[in-house]
Amino acid sequence: MSRVLVGVKRVIDYAVKIRVKPDQSGVVTDGVKHSMNPFCEIAVEEAVKLKEKKFIKEVVAVSCGPSQVTETIRTALAMGCDRGIHVEVSGKDYEAMGPLQISKIFAALAKKEEASLVILGKQAIDDDCNQTGQMTAALLDWPQGTFASEVTIDGETVKVVREIDGGLETIKISMPAVLTADLRLNTPRYATLPNIMKAKKKKIANMKPADLGVDMVSRVEVLRVDEPPTRLAGVKVETVDDLVAKLKANGTI
Amino acid sequence: IFLASPSALTGSALFFAAQRCIRALKTVQAEHAPPQHYTWRRNCSSAVMPRITSHYTIFPRDKDPRWEGVEMERFADEADVVIVGGGPAGLSAAIRLKQLAKEQEKELRVCLVEKASQIGAHTLSGACLEPSALNELFPDWKERGAPLNTPVTEDLFSILTEKYRIPVPMLPGLPMNNHGNYIVRLGHFVHWLGEQAEELGVEIYPGYAAAEVLFHEDGSVKGIATNDVGIAKDGSPKDVFERGMELHAKVTLFGEGCHGHLAKQLYRQFNLRENCEPQTYAIGLKELWVIDEKKWRPGRVEHSVGWPLNRNTYGGSFLYHLNEGEPLVALGFVVGLDYTNPYLSPFREFQRWKHHPFVAKTLEGGDRIAYGARALNEGGYQCLPKVTFPGGMLIGCSPGFMNVPKIKGTHTAMKSGMLAAEAIFPKVTAEDPASETAGLHIPEYEDNLKKSWIWKELYAVRNIRPSFHNYFGLYGGMVYTGVFYWILRGKEPWTLKHAGLDSAQLKPAKECTPIEYPKPDGKLSFDLLSSVALSGTNHEGDQPPHLTLKDDSIPVANNLAIYDGPEQRFCPAGVYEYVPLETGEGMRLQINAQNCVHCKTCDIKDPSQNINWVVPEGSGGPAYNGL
Repeated sequence: MSRVLVGVKRVIDYAVKIRVKPDQSGVVTDGVKHSMNPFCEIAVEEAVKLKEKKFIKEVVAVSCGPSQVTETIRTALAMGCDRGIHVEVSGKDYEAMGPLQISKIFAALAKKEEASLVILGKQAIDDDCNQTGQMTAALLDWPQGTFASEVTIDGETVKVVREIDGGLETIKISMPAVLTADLRLNTPRYATLPNIMKAKKKKIANMKPADLGVDMVSRVEVLRVDEPPTRLAGVKVETVDDLVAKLKANGTI
Repeated sequence: IFLASPSALTGSALFFAAQRCIRALKTVQAEHAPPQHYTWRRNCSSAVMPRITSHYTIFPRDKDPRWEGVEMERFADEADVVIVGGGPAGLSAAIRLKQLAKEQEKELRVCLVEKASQIGAHTLSGACLEPSALNELFPDWKERGAPLNTPVTEDLFSILTEKYRIPVPMLPGLPMNNHGNYIVRLGHFVHWLGEQAEELGVEIYPGYAAAEVLFHEDGSVKGIATNDVGIAKDGSPKDVFERGMELHAKVTLFGEGCHGHLAKQLYRQFNLRENCEPQTYAIGLKELWVIDEKKWRPGRVEHSVGWPLNRNTYGGSFLYHLNEGEPLVALGFVVGLDYTNPYLSPFREFQRWKHHPFVAKTLEGGDRIAYGARALNEGGYQCLPKVTFPGGMLIGCSPGFMNVPKIKGTHTAMKSGMLAAEAIFPKVTAEDPASETAGLHIPEYEDNLKKSWIWKELYAVRNIRPSFHNYFGLYGGMVYTGVFYWILRGKEPWTLKHAGLDSAQLKPAKECTPIEYPKPDGKLSFDLLSSVALSGTNHEGDQPPHLTLKDDSIPVANNLAIYDGPEQRFCPAGVYEYVPLETGEGMRLQINAQNCVHCKTCDIKDPSQNINWVVPEGSGGPAYNGL
């Protein structure tokens, strides 16, 4: 029986209107409502379901960031994970943190914890990168089942039904493997209050990236963040000739 | 956020999901529906109205066949004190209890539940904080980092006309004189209080709403139960259904804020309002703007009355310049909910007020970054109910300690929480509580209130708000304030009455003239839906609407027919819409529950008193940041 690592990311809640910082270095996050990335919720739910079906023995929730991410780990614990790992990253390192650094951390943890599966959300709703799962698999040289909408464990292999542009693709990969969860994989359960209370007693281990031998230096520098340009009002025309004239006038045709 | 949705409540879950997907793909920026002017409409009683309400408080589950066999047992836990509501009152009470416990080296388990996803997310206020209660609670608040960053430096009061401004001197001694006070972002202040409370060992559970009051066999309050989760929109159980949890306590404090839904139940249960007048309210709408630096005057407080309201509609505006780094101003508009014209829209009054030259010049070139709304109490002294009952007590704006002419209620709310804690502590840590009922009844709290400065303050200003009910309206009230408050300090021997229930004040639509509001210009004034988007409000879509109707047919038969559907105008979040029926003639009420910002105005102002606001799944609602 085996251990699963689940990654959970604390992101700005999807319903909140974001605002660019006045210095254009990023987005305002102070005091803004954050919650667990919706795809990470699905990943946690899948891991907990696998544990309930007795395919795996222990689910470990991992998050990287400043002290506030422990709330997100607690929610994962309340959903059924057994213990948590908080990899402390703060300040400039946290702002520059991206899929490359995270995947190095997960790769190191997967080896350290002797995990047989790493389950992540397919992407985070703040950066929409969709890279961490794939990079983690590459660093570990493990097979990957991404955009999973159905996961079945069969002995030492996993059957993954993937959502692809053309429809659905079914693959069989051997464990250990990395899976990333897509929307239709499951419906996450609620973190109810009695479980939150129990989760307070579950352990969350603290560590730094350096403890895992990971260097957080980013090779990407954010130069500027802008709001998307305001959509201009449309213009109504009376006839097709008017339309053609307008299109010619602004150089479209 | 959804506008006119044609789906009836009969579709399958797949239909809902498909609808949601399609709608999510389109950006919903449709214009707010044009105001419905009163026209003679025959009620089409033969039209089939789709069912609106499916909540279990209206349709009990023990009689519902879909709930047969569902496990309804609840997990229960015991605490010494349970507090409902993580606002200034609830948190002050929790902090005070833990401070006393630390001083006297006693153990005390204090649990606090709050429906917002984080402490401060549902908090909205002007606000000018009078630090009196804070000085008592934390004399070292400055060292602890309390976010009181903006002392008031300038205080202006104006009477506005459509184009001009009449300045009114802010003499010392007038109730709204702000010398010594701080402009705060109350959401941030409440968040800081939450951190202080956690440090002291209070168990705070944001994201869990108290949905039900629990009673002992002897009728005293046993505690509360949090909301169930996983009920579908049509009221049936989903796969993820789970019961809420019961929290039992020796004493339960209810600090739900203005017009709390559990408090409403408790008033009836324990007859707490038999010797006071019905509470009267106002709605406050607020926005945060980042303005041009050249126009920024940190510490400046501006209040106005007059335009755009007529002299018989109570209300006014506020505009505070914050001093927190960015050139931020907090501004808003308050309208008394005893207004009589059903065509009045507090939201649109707010939007058009911003176009007044005196206001527009501050806002021009600025950006709006936040919006929200909340009802507030206006009743004061005359409307204070009995605040203690076996097993519990009411604190804060829930019973309503707001000093209306001062426009402040935070300091009195905090003080009431502290007084409650001080009354409870000896009883709850005593070896033998010597109580007649299983839930402790602690009338000492009410005695302490009556001896405190809260009572003196509220007594002194008790006649100011009711003095507006005269022919001269606003001007009569101002004269009364000038004479009796400023000169005589409220010592007159009489106590004026309010006008009665706010919901009974509306005149039928045919007796009133529709108000022509200007279209929002997108720079100073905005439409309703983009405002609601800024509040960050959201709810799990697949749950029964939490704006429950006792009778689904009354909105069209009564509210629309006689009052032209005032709920489509007084709701600051566009929850209520009258849309044409798909088949046949006539209209139906559509409730867009996901837009709700938990202001409680509908429960207060509904002329039929048919709307009963209950708490939705926890962590739903607005996501205010420092409002």
